[in-house]
Amino acid sequence: MAEEVKKKRLTDIGPHDYNEYLSPVIKNNYGKWAYHEILDPGTMVHVAESGDKLYTVRMGSPRLVSGSFVRDICDIADKYCGGHLRFTTRNNVEFLIEDEKNVEPLKKDLEKMGYNVGGIGNIVANIVHTQGWVHCHTSASDASGVVKSVMDELYEYFVEDKLPSKVRIAFACCLNMCGSVSSSDIAIVGTHRKPPRIDAERLRNLCEIPSTIAACPTNSIRPDTVDGKPGVKVNEETCVFCGSCYTVCPAMPIANAENDGLSIWVGGKVSNARTKPTFSKLAIPFIPNDPPRWPGVVNAVKTILNEYKKGAEPGERVGEWIDRIGWPRFFKITGFPFTKYHIDDFRLGETTMNYSSHARL
Amino acid sequence: MGKKHQTPLLDELKKGKWISFVREIERAAEKSERTEDLLGQVEESYHDKVNHWKHGGMAGVKGYGAGMVGRFSEYPDKYPGIKECHSMRIIPSAGFFYNSDFLRKLADISEKHAGGLLNFHGATGNIQILGMSQAEAEDVFQAVAELGFDLGGSGSDLRTPSCCAGQARCEFANFDTMKICRHLTEEYLDELHRPAFNYKFKFKFSGCANDCVASAARSDLAFIGTWKDKIKINQEEVKNYKKKFNVQKYVLDKCPTKCMWFEGENLVIDDENCVKCMHCINELPKALKAGDERGCSILIGAKAPLVTGPRMGMMLVPFYDVNEDAKNDYEWIKSLISNMWEFWDEYGVSRERIGELIGRVGLNTFLEGIGLEPIPEMVEHPRSNPFIKFTEDEEE
Repeated sequence: MAEEVKKKRLTDIGPHDYNEYLSPVIKNNYGKWAYHEILDPGTMVHVAESGDKLYTVRMGSPRLVSGSFVRDICDIADKYCGGHLRFTTRNNVEFLIEDEKNVEPLKKDLEKMGYNVGGIGNIVANIVHTQGWVHCHTSASDASGVVKSVMDELYEYFVEDKLPSKVRIAFACCLNMCGSVSSSDIAIVGTHRKPPRIDAERLRNLCEIPSTIAACPTNSIRPDTVDGKPGVKVNEETCVFCGSCYTVCPAMPIANAENDGLSIWVGGKVSNARTKPTFSKLAIPFIPNDPPRWPGVVNAVKTILNEYKKGAEPGERVGEWIDRIGWPRFFKITGFPFTKYHIDDFRLGETTMNYSSHARL
Repeated sequence: MGKKHQTPLLDELKKGKWISFVREIERAAEKSERTEDLLGQVEESYHDKVNHWKHGGMAGVKGYGAGMVGRFSEYPDKYPGIKECHSMRIIPSAGFFYNSDFLRKLADISEKHAGGLLNFHGATGNIQILGMSQAEAEDVFQAVAELGFDLGGSGSDLRTPSCCAGQARCEFANFDTMKICRHLTEEYLDELHRPAFNYKFKFKFSGCANDCVASAARSDLAFIGTWKDKIKINQEEVKNYKKKFNVQKYVLDKCPTKCMWFEGENLVIDDENCVKCMHCINELPKALKAGDERGCSILIGAKAPLVTGPRMGMMLVPFYDVNEDAKNDYEWIKSLISNMWEFWDEYGVSRERIGELIGRVGLNTFLEGIGLEPIPEMVEHPRSNPFIKFTEDEEE
């Protein structure tokens, strides 16, 4: 009996064959596309060397979706796309349409169902984000709620093309930085401001002390003897509240309702177009958690976006715009205070100083 | 019946124009009652401003050391529906292409056996089914497997590789991202399912330097499409673009190496000085195309900040002839990957990403270890300090 059960199990079948999911027009023109055109912020067309056309309608998604959402998009795909659809690397949904006549009816159907069409061109695309309070134990804030609040406020920029270039916003609920916050135009990152609390009793039973010590980026954790038994101590002078020790040791919780919140980062990008890929840099060290709408975060993002829209040249990403006008001017026009926290003091921090007399006075 | 909870704070997030995740959780709860308790606990987090999940947690299926993330509620008595609330990672179809038949069946599975909630997709690229108990894991795994889908990576293993849509729907693609992504995922299923590394390792494949899967920031080994020969110019289309906007100002003047100019009406490109950044091709897609000698660059070592600071992928191989290698079942790249993993296995320490290892031992040691020669493309500029470690074979 047991042997029979074992035999029936399917394992190591690997990735599914994607060819099964490619529509005929994609199969016929695979690797033979000539050019594409953006028709509006929700629609583009790819034209193949053969002259075949493939229309794409892009729709916003909250990423965390129900089975009912999945069935909704399946119904649309069946009605207009022969059942074919895909998701983007920013978690939008794309309907792949062969017949141009289906484009407008499909969009009308989506709008009737309350879905958002947009996200192509010089827009604010979907916000790449993480688990937050919905599913993660190390989160310093909630992902879905902040994203919803920001996208409600920036909705016009998802559905209308009116920015100098594309703006990528990303969110991570702690500085594990799952996703792409380290290299986004605007990034929102969950942040702690207090050291971990050590539960000596549980630590002895639950944690491997050497790996807990090794997890600290500032070497702030040292072995210690507590009540004659092995434990750790934290040098609170040098602890930077990263939460890495909690990740490896459950007895060092760091979440703190009053002192957790979010930091805002700007100017990162991953594309190589014009300038090299670059990290996002600190704009605002801390904004308190303020659920359910996080007005402080929403306002900060809006301020950056407004100044960028006013000041950037066509085609300039946020980081390129700041490089051109300089960081002092960025802080001046956004009104964000420049503080000691903006000066890098980790490892190669000194390489980020201004070794010149260059200043825009 | 799942108990209904009052959710005044979350209810605020049902307002507004952007699609609401709260509505999605509610819709899931209509089909999978346990998810009412997820709403209750998230509401409590909104009130308390901290998460209410217990630390860590193991969950999994027989034979695999990866593929599930265990999660337990801090208040199992108050929220019994999410006492166990594990998630399962599923390897996506390359390029995230699907059909409605598969997606509907997956929705059914998530409602029958889990909380009726899915993530399309996790940041690494997995489909995630949220909210199942350990007792249900095997059923979900087998139901998914019957649809022809396998579990993805987690822990110290090869994580699920992902790629851009590539040649399926992009004229910029310089190689078949979906084909190599699928091939290498199949090749390394054991490394993916059974964690045997010092730490996680990720592959990502982008068809051009626009890097639509952000491989340079989000994968230990990034493949970014490029070409070796001349950009193809359609002078008639260039003229059409000139009628529409200021090509000199917004294309030529923005070229990072200033290797483009007009001679009379004709656009000229000094291809030897072009760094394949994609800007001109992005701006003039009807007029400019990559050359015919196509392949990709390989960058290594990207990671998030913990523990030694964030890293972008750094240039390791400027041009990998992926089309040629594909004819030999990707033998060359597989041998390079195997050398890397051996070196990492030998010299890396626990929870040390390969980028951190390279930072610690130095790029020279790493190159020697994996059998690549140092070349100038690897550096922004040569060293500016004189602390050189001459080796014995250089003496005499």
